[in-house]
Amino acid sequence: MGSAHSVPEEIQELADKTGFTLEQIEHLHRRFKQISGDQQTIRKESFDRIPDLEFNPIRSKIVHAFFDKRNLRQASDGLAEEINFEDFLTIMSYFRPMEMNMDEEQLDHFRKEKLKFLFHMYDSDNDGKITLQEYRKVVEELLSRNPHLEKESARSIADGAMMEAASICVGQMEPDQVYEGITFEDFLKMWQGIDIDTKMHVRFLNMEPIAHCH
Amino acid sequence: MSLEMRQVPLAEGLLVLPAALAQEKSSGDHTAGSGPHFFQIVSFKWDHVQEPYIIALWILVASLAKIVFHLSHKVTRVVPESALLIVLGLFLGGIVWAADHIASFTLTPNTFFFYLLPPIVLDAGYFMPNKLFFGNLGTILLYAVIGTVWNAATTGMSLYGVYLSGIMGQLDIGLLDFLLFGSLIAAVDPVAVLAVFEEVHVNEVLFIIVFGESLLNDAVTVVLYNVFDSFVAMGADNVTGVDCVKGIVSFFVVSLGGTFVGIVFAFLLSLVTRFTKHVRIIEPGFVFVISYLSYLTAEMLSLSAILAITFCGVCCQKYVKANICDQSSTTVRYTMKMLASGCETIIFMFLGISAVNPDIWTWNTAFILLTLVFISVYRVIGVVIQTWVLNHYRVVQLEIIDQVVMSYGGLRGAVAFALVALLDEKKVKEKNLFVSTTIIVVFFTVIFQGLTIKPLVQWLKVKKSEHREPKLNEKLHGRAFDHILSAVEDISGQIGHNYLRDKWSSFDRKILSKVLMRRSAQKSRDQILNIFHELNLKDAISYVAEGERRGSLAFIRSSSTDNMVNVDFSTPRPSTVEASVSCLLREKASSVCLDMQALEQRRKSIRDTEDIVTHHTLQQYLYKPRQEHIHLYSRHEIIQNEDEKQDKEIFHRTMRKRLESFKSTKLGINQPKKLNKSHKKDRGQKRRNSNAIPNGKIPSENPVQDFTLKEKGNYSGGLGSLAVGAPLCPLSCPPPPPRIDNPAFSADDDQSIYMKFPPWLTDEDSVVPSQRARVQLPYSPNNFRRLTPFRLSNKSVDSFLLADGPEERPRAFLPETTHM
Repeated sequence: MGSAHSVPEEIQELADKTGFTLEQIEHLHRRFKQISGDQQTIRKESFDRIPDLEFNPIRSKIVHAFFDKRNLRQASDGLAEEINFEDFLTIMSYFRPMEMNMDEEQLDHFRKEKLKFLFHMYDSDNDGKITLQEYRKVVEELLSRNPHLEKESARSIADGAMMEAASICVGQMEPDQVYEGITFEDFLKMWQGIDIDTKMHVRFLNMEPIAHCH
Repeated sequence: MSLEMRQVPLAEGLLVLPAALAQEKSSGDHTAGSGPHFFQIVSFKWDHVQEPYIIALWILVASLAKIVFHLSHKVTRVVPESALLIVLGLFLGGIVWAADHIASFTLTPNTFFFYLLPPIVLDAGYFMPNKLFFGNLGTILLYAVIGTVWNAATTGMSLYGVYLSGIMGQLDIGLLDFLLFGSLIAAVDPVAVLAVFEEVHVNEVLFIIVFGESLLNDAVTVVLYNVFDSFVAMGADNVTGVDCVKGIVSFFVVSLGGTFVGIVFAFLLSLVTRFTKHVRIIEPGFVFVISYLSYLTAEMLSLSAILAITFCGVCCQKYVKANICDQSSTTVRYTMKMLASGCETIIFMFLGISAVNPDIWTWNTAFILLTLVFISVYRVIGVVIQTWVLNHYRVVQLEIIDQVVMSYGGLRGAVAFALVALLDEKKVKEKNLFVSTTIIVVFFTVIFQGLTIKPLVQWLKVKKSEHREPKLNEKLHGRAFDHILSAVEDISGQIGHNYLRDKWSSFDRKILSKVLMRRSAQKSRDQILNIFHELNLKDAISYVAEGERRGSLAFIRSSSTDNMVNVDFSTPRPSTVEASVSCLLREKASSVCLDMQALEQRRKSIRDTEDIVTHHTLQQYLYKPRQEHIHLYSRHEIIQNEDEKQDKEIFHRTMRKRLESFKSTKLGINQPKKLNKSHKKDRGQKRRNSNAIPNGKIPSENPVQDFTLKEKGNYSGGLGSLAVGAPLCPLSCPPPPPRIDNPAFSADDDQSIYMKFPPWLTDEDSVVPSQRARVQLPYSPNNFRRLTPFRLSNKSVDSFLLADGPEERPRAFLPETTHM
């Protein structure tokens, strides 16, 4: 949708859809072109062009999230091969800060959307549950930057976190009951009382891209 | 004493706490003159100890006062402690005045700046929530720098304007004096803010902004104060533009220089603590001495000392906490809190005491009232304007409610008082007016605003900070967010907070931590791990507490066997241990729960051996290898009913299994029913007695024997052999042969027991978790919150936190039964 740049109506449409201002869209579009190498779409490999991303321990998960159709609001399952600018904006819009004029309901929706993004990142097999294995995988990746940490520790942390989750979400369980995994409802429950407003934001300023691409 | 006091020159501002420096001199002369002519067995040497004695007494009084305040919750809930202390100080000052008719004890700037202030600021810096602080650094700096300059300028100018109108009457005062006064009264005081806000519990962002401002505005205050002080000294006519430029330059020098000094000392401190492994006992000392040196160094170079010690604390905390051992860390924590809290108490009390001194009081209603009005009004205006600007850039907006609290929280305190006391009366003619106004302002803000801020916060429904237990999930998600955000910033090509933080943390990881942290600490420094460890520890402690409450640690044990099934799902039984050994181990583990019952039986039948058993069990708990405790750590406490239920179930199953091997013996078949009955009885009894014997420690291998045994004679034998058998190493030793107390069983019992696995360890048994349960999380009761399977926790957390070699791991599978 590179041509959208020159057509104000299309930009306006995008702005309405994603909530970004026109300047922000323009800025993001420049960035999009940088990443894609002046192509219409971004593929997974395109993210290799961003040098700073290289050291991110959960890089693959994040990149993956960009192509996840659940996040793109296209389908309930599957992966996109490539994403266009609109998709790019859709993903980026998950990180918009809350606005002052939002009412309670909108805020709630907004919050949920953000959490959903995170949830989808954890729930890699898309069965609506973060299973212990999935959780372990994420924790392992999260801690992978610490060279001294054994995998076992990461696992046990994930196990501990899972038990914590189970105790929060289910409470007292029967002896033969098995906690299958964290559902989205449980996920929301766990986030109750935690101030997400301060956590999942990026300030999209209308400034020139500074970080470089290869 | 009062006579001596009079000799003390009241010049140099106010007197030292106990104005004893001079006294010592005078008393020294005194004793020299009338020295004792004969040997005294006991002599009364008050003069000798006077100075430290009085200091100690004052500290004692202040501390006792604190106790008294907290006797009544009602009072402390409504009135902030700082206000109470000021009132107490006024009261005590009144007494001193009535006795002496001279203000013998006052807060001097020297004492304040050298001894009372540093501990408080260091405490603030060392326990600063770094992420929050740096995340809001821009906001804090704006308020601290621009806000303070604004307050100082507007207050000073307005007062001057009003003075020109003539309301204040005739004062020997110029614009510069007003500006000087404005600059010292403008600064929000860290001590007062901490004292009041700690009781109010507003949300952390709000708190860090107000508190950070009060800390960082020190540089501005110092510069403004020094600049105007020297301007006043030079005289208004001699001040040139160059001087003003110099003043501005000096601001950067003072603030950046102070920060730099702090960072250098933080680096030193971190480096030193890296090498204190063999001098653990003085480890905490370094923290205090080096940070104090940073303060003094900055003071020496006339840089901002508060900034220096703040940043020393802020920067070193991560490395120091990782380097020093747990005990030292606790020591540092408590000492710091104690010092800070003590200093705070003394400061407020002496603020009150210092006020009782007619010499310093010069009343000027217009001046005092207008000062109060101006500082409040301009504070509000300043906050509103700055917030309006900031909200364009902040992700989390500061709402109107926040602004109200921020304006209202602009408390003035001891720093202003100490600064005003430092003024030179010869240069600043109206010093006394300034002093009395400052005292009024401080009292007004601390007492009145301190009193009303709590109701105000409640009334406005300011978001409060909830004190939550740290949650593992929260930390993990938080970490994930950090990475996601920095990734998104990378992708969208911005250099924002997250980008910078990411860069910093990778720099820290690659270079700083390697230089400043012990190698062992580098491993465990990960915050998530720390939290995990902390939580595990907490649970473990609560287990022990629960055990003590119940009078027995049996619940841990009883659930343990059950747990092994449920929890240790991820991997099969110890694969590292060779088969035969592991069989043995399993067998031993299995007898645990039987032994538990056996203990009950035994206790019932032989009361007099109880002590020995208790002793024995105690000993075992105390001398267990660490794995044992880990083993305990990973046990969840269970509610009594369930405990009983599980106990019983395990008991039933085990009994059934075991007795199958005795089918040939009549006794064996008949036994279970009887046992169950008595067991039940015993259970009840145990609960009632809340006996201190953890069961499961019983030396006997064969429960059936125990159950049948009723003669004391046999028992003492059993105990004897137990004592011998106890230290046996489970891995290296062959299974100790079961003691044959009752020869009737021994023959077939011997083999069969070792061949049979306990029901929950054999594959075909129903208790073994299903395939799915092995990868998914099985049953965990409510209060089994965070503990992971003991195997895992043993290996991961404790293996590096307790520095235990993994080679000992297999032994952890031997529960309490190792000593049999």
